[in-house]
Amino acid sequence: MTQVLLSLSDVEKHFGRVKAVDGVSLDIVENEFFALLGASGSGKTTLLRMLAGFELPTGGQIVLDGKDVSQVPPNRRPVNLMFQSYALFPHMSVAKNIAYGLEMEGLLRREITARVGEILEVIQLAPLANRKPDQLSGGQRQRVALARALVKRPRLLLLDEPLGALDKKLRGEMQLELKRIQAEFGITFIVVTHDQEEALVMADRIAILKDGRLLQSGTPREIYEYPETRYAADFIGQMNFIPVTRSGDLLFARNGARIGGVIPAEAPEALVAAVRPERLYLDAEAENVVTGTVRSTAYLGLDLHLHLDTPLCDQPLLVRLTADAAEGRDITEGARLTLGWSARDTRVFPA
Amino acid sequence: MSPVKDRKPLYLMTPALAWLTAFMVVPCLLILALAFFRRGIYGGIEYVFTLENLAMVVDPLYARIFLKSAGIAGLAAGIAVVVGYAAAYAIAAMPRHRQPALLFFAVLPFWSNYLIRTYAWIVLLNREGLIVHLFRWFGYEGELPQMLYTETAVVIGLVYNYLPFVILACYAPLSRLNPEVAEASHDLGASQWTTFRRITLPMTVPGIAAGFVFVFVLSIGNFVTPALLGGGQFQMIGNLVYAQFLTANDWPFGAALSMALIAVMMVLLTAQTFASERASGQGGRDA
Ligand SMILES: Nc1ncnc2c1ncn2[C@@H]1O[C@H](COP(=O)(O)OP(=O)(O)OP(=O)(O)O)[C@@H](O)[C@H]1O
Ligand SMILES: [Mg+2]
Repeated sequence: MTQVLLSLSDVEKHFGRVKAVDGVSLDIVENEFFALLGASGSGKTTLLRMLAGFELPTGGQIVLDGKDVSQVPPNRRPVNLMFQSYALFPHMSVAKNIAYGLEMEGLLRREITARVGEILEVIQLAPLANRKPDQLSGGQRQRVALARALVKRPRLLLLDEPLGALDKKLRGEMQLELKRIQAEFGITFIVVTHDQEEALVMADRIAILKDGRLLQSGTPREIYEYPETRYAADFIGQMNFIPVTRSGDLLFARNGARIGGVIPAEAPEALVAAVRPERLYLDAEAENVVTGTVRSTAYLGLDLHLHLDTPLCDQPLLVRLTADAAEGRDITEGARLTLGWSARDTRVFPA
Repeated sequence: MSPVKDRKPLYLMTPALAWLTAFMVVPCLLILALAFFRRGIYGGIEYVFTLENLAMVVDPLYARIFLKSAGIAGLAAGIAVVVGYAAAYAIAAMPRHRQPALLFFAVLPFWSNYLIRTYAWIVLLNREGLIVHLFRWFGYEGELPQMLYTETAVVIGLVYNYLPFVILACYAPLSRLNPEVAEASHDLGASQWTTFRRITLPMTVPGIAAGFVFVFVLSIGNFVTPALLGGGQFQMIGNLVYAQFLTANDWPFGAALSMALIAVMMVLLTAQTFASERASGQGGRDA
């Protein structure tokens, strides 16, 4: 049973002539881990701030639990925001920071102490309860900010680039940690990120924002396998783009080679065919075949990445081979290779 | 704070320190030293060691003037902090590009002469002054209380004179606040007022303390404003010191009074420094 928790219809926020958020409609269901993905300036923070109540939408409706909350101030919404800057209270200890939101609910001191203690265990910061924020590391601060919002058990928790300030290794750990905590508390999360890998790892569903507009939303798999626009295809993961021209139902690369792929309805003549690097196989019996020269290789343990100069396009094709597939083959610079890929794995977009 | 970082630029302070020592600390010490000598019969100084002058400072007659001065200075500082903080808060809430101009106007009176500013209040407050005229103009014919040459006038004068500094002192920490910290408080369920009381105010205590101590210290030793706005008989500790040096010709007692005054100021300034460091919560990793 999935119940819609949050429903945006045609939400927009214009700052003068800047359309920071421009007509976003979106449903988020209860208990979902939702990621908002977009380049810098695409309106992610502005959208979150409207959900938290810090910005009033200039148009559209925000409905939470069946009630229109568009005009409700932040302190009256069952929504909490974890800020991009963490925004911890520097004059209060870790425990006081976390207790603050519960004090505002007027809970009994005993209950506050109990709940603060409980969440300190969850984020593993109990020994540091009496430290001030400036005596913590970046990762510890991030956990305090999370705990401070989480301890209120909001209906909806908004996280603005929660892992932005952390180094790569810690990020990886915290991504899993966030997912674990979300499942444990059963709270709906909306996480903003500009890191597509992070979104793929963490989210149940992803929405891609571009210039304030919602391009596409769906499960990580849908977004990765079936991007609806060239922008989305390029933004998520890696993609090879091959310029093609359509004549009738057929596609031809610039060297005249036929390219098999599903042509969208009402497609113009100038198109691009797109294929993921891991969908290219050595010696494949496939609709699409190309021979080229290896320009460079990079060994990544499990995978071998290589750039292949081909007559199909100016850009070298990026190819990802598994270690197994590459076993015993001469894949060094200058080697000639023939690769194939299936028409099923070929997406076609307007150029 | 790492000791290495602290040591390096210390030599840059040498010129300033030398200047202060030669032209400020040494003369002050010489004057203060007079407190331990006897007053000559016809003025002047008799170089015989005595503690009489210091004993006289705690005489109820003078102690009362001390307390009254402290009271007036405290009142002036309190009012200046409330008014100045409000102004600084309003300025810091404005769009950032407007703030420098607003600050400039707030501090403008500071750039005119102290005496002129104080005389201006005489023009405003006297029996035929602007304020009385305003009341008459609005049709009020009744009796108006004496305004000039009262304690109130002195407090008004002091607040007015030192207000710009309080605005600057409070503006500094207010403008440095990350607005998201107050928003976080709001987000966690606090009203605007609670957010101010529990977040903004405590985080800006250093500015408030600096403003308060500044006004207090300058007010308690002030002698111009009490003389001009308080009238002839009105005495604050500054006037008393002034009189010892310039009319009564009792330098040793003047020096003893000054010493007490300086002691009070030092205690306050030290307390302020420590209080600020603690309140700001930014006193370093191992604070
Ligand atoms: N208060 C404001 N006044 C005017 N323009 C604004 C304001 N806030 C945001 N904008 C503009 O709205 C657009 C979206 O900004 P927003 O902060 O939402 O982007 P973002 O997706 O969070 O970017 P980032 O990844 O860099 O954090 C930007 O072009 C920004 O300049
Ligand atoms: Mg942002």
